[in-house]
Amino acid sequence: MTDSRTGLAGAAESSVAPRAPFDPARVREDFPIFATPRDKKLLYLDSAATSQKPQVVLDAMDRYYRTCNANIHRGVYRIAEEATELYEDARRRFAKFIHAASPREVIFTRNSTEAINLVAYAWGRASLKSGDAIVLTPMEHHSNLVPWHILAAERGVELRFIPMTDTGELEVSALPGLLADGRAKLVSFVHVSNVLGTVNPAAEIARIAHEHGATVLLDASQSAAHMPLDVRALGADFVACTAHKMLGPTGIGMLWGRRELLEAMPPFLGGGEMIREVHLTSSKWNELPWKFEAGTMAIAEAVGLGAAIAYLETLGMDAVFAHDRELSAYALERLAEVPGLRVLGPSADKRGGVVAFTMEGVHPHDVATVLDSEGICVRAGHHCAMPLHDAMGIPASARASFHCYSLREEVDALAEGLHRARKIFAR
Amino acid sequence: MDELFREHILEHYQHPRCKGTLESPDLSFEDANPLCGDRIRMDFKLADGKLAEIRFSGHGCSISQAAASMLCEHVEGMSLDEIKKLGRDDMLEMLGIHLGPVRLKCALLALKTLKAGIYGVNQWPGEDEEEA
Repeated sequence: MTDSRTGLAGAAESSVAPRAPFDPARVREDFPIFATPRDKKLLYLDSAATSQKPQVVLDAMDRYYRTCNANIHRGVYRIAEEATELYEDARRRFAKFIHAASPREVIFTRNSTEAINLVAYAWGRASLKSGDAIVLTPMEHHSNLVPWHILAAERGVELRFIPMTDTGELEVSALPGLLADGRAKLVSFVHVSNVLGTVNPAAEIARIAHEHGATVLLDASQSAAHMPLDVRALGADFVACTAHKMLGPTGIGMLWGRRELLEAMPPFLGGGEMIREVHLTSSKWNELPWKFEAGTMAIAEAVGLGAAIAYLETLGMDAVFAHDRELSAYALERLAEVPGLRVLGPSADKRGGVVAFTMEGVHPHDVATVLDSEGICVRAGHHCAMPLHDAMGIPASARASFHCYSLREEVDALAEGLHRARKIFAR
Repeated sequence: MDELFREHILEHYQHPRCKGTLESPDLSFEDANPLCGDRIRMDFKLADGKLAEIRFSGHGCSISQAAASMLCEHVEGMSLDEIKKLGRDDMLEMLGIHLGPVRLKCALLALKTLKAGIYGVNQWPGEDEEEA
């Protein structure tokens, strides 16, 4: 049951024992930050920047440090084996979560940024030469632009961009034209825009790219924890994710890649663990995935990620996505009542849980400051997407974003706060 | 919050002093706060060791734009020696509000632009004090 355009897996194959019905107020009780006493109730609408963490994630990391903290893959003693088992179990869980063919296709990194840089350095430098091209989109996060800027300058590679409509949707019909001369070797794009919220037709883009012989990298930073993700159904070659947006800890990200591509790639970083044999003047690489995991990795963070995925599975990813969408639709409705407000991006049925906007005559920073005084956390600025803001002709925007613990009453508070900001500045 | 949006800040934001450009400035400088996209350009006319005329243009939040307006009003006609002595605390005193680390850059962008434009010292005011 996979939507051929978006590649979203359907309910039947995506969720493991979902608890029904989905109740965000109940979910919220699992997140201790909301129970922490403070002057004003915490209204957290910045999950696109980082998600909050459920108690089970904190407990899993705490338990690891208290009971079996040891370096992995080395010691033959009991707790080292336990630590290794927990670390590799997280990899297996994540592999299954994204429907990878094998855990060997999952490489732990620091974050999505490092996952994309790994591809740019290890695959890009081995695969791209002067005269080749890379196709990107104007809605990319800087993490999916700057690594390619570096590579492009170094190799004489051309960067091309899939055009975008005024409502922030990619004009996929232009893609075959961008690929027609056969020089484009990579199409790298974001699954869900961190500003517009647009869910891009990933499967369709991947299919067109492959028809023209290009490799596909999908930045799933904003989608992996918000919707069912089937990397094989999507037809991607590489997928980058980050744990801290997935209810997990900061400091660990994941790169999934098709095995034959990863096998053929040279290492990214050199050091301990990524080798099979080391001599004074040469070395042989370890097998996948450890070939790409040099040095001591973020073990506790992997354990936290494993717990976060187990938690997401109990919620059911289709339920999380439906909840995100419902809140976005409600936010679009409530924000339409605020005079002078311009919402960026497409209609609710084409977006995830992200709603960015500008208010006429009030800078996004000022909007965010007024909201902060009501305990409402929103992001203001360019959200690491300066070219996108340039394309829309605005220097910055304010953004509200949701996750499984977000509530309608937070959207209500946002709307009220926006009315208040307007009053303060309408003089 | 009302602390941040005090009357005089909103007043300067909505009715900025010294806003615009100069026909043939002796010096010009433009700077931005990459964190939030605030941008300020300043044109200067110098005479007899004084800042004879100053105009600013740009866009940004109320704090950054009000700070630019207050600063320009304050320094126009001042001697360059006096301007050299202006520091972070002078700017914050003019604004009269307490700011967290993120908004602090909004408040100091105008002073940074002024000093970079006149002396070529392009650094966040008060940075040395922080490091010391």
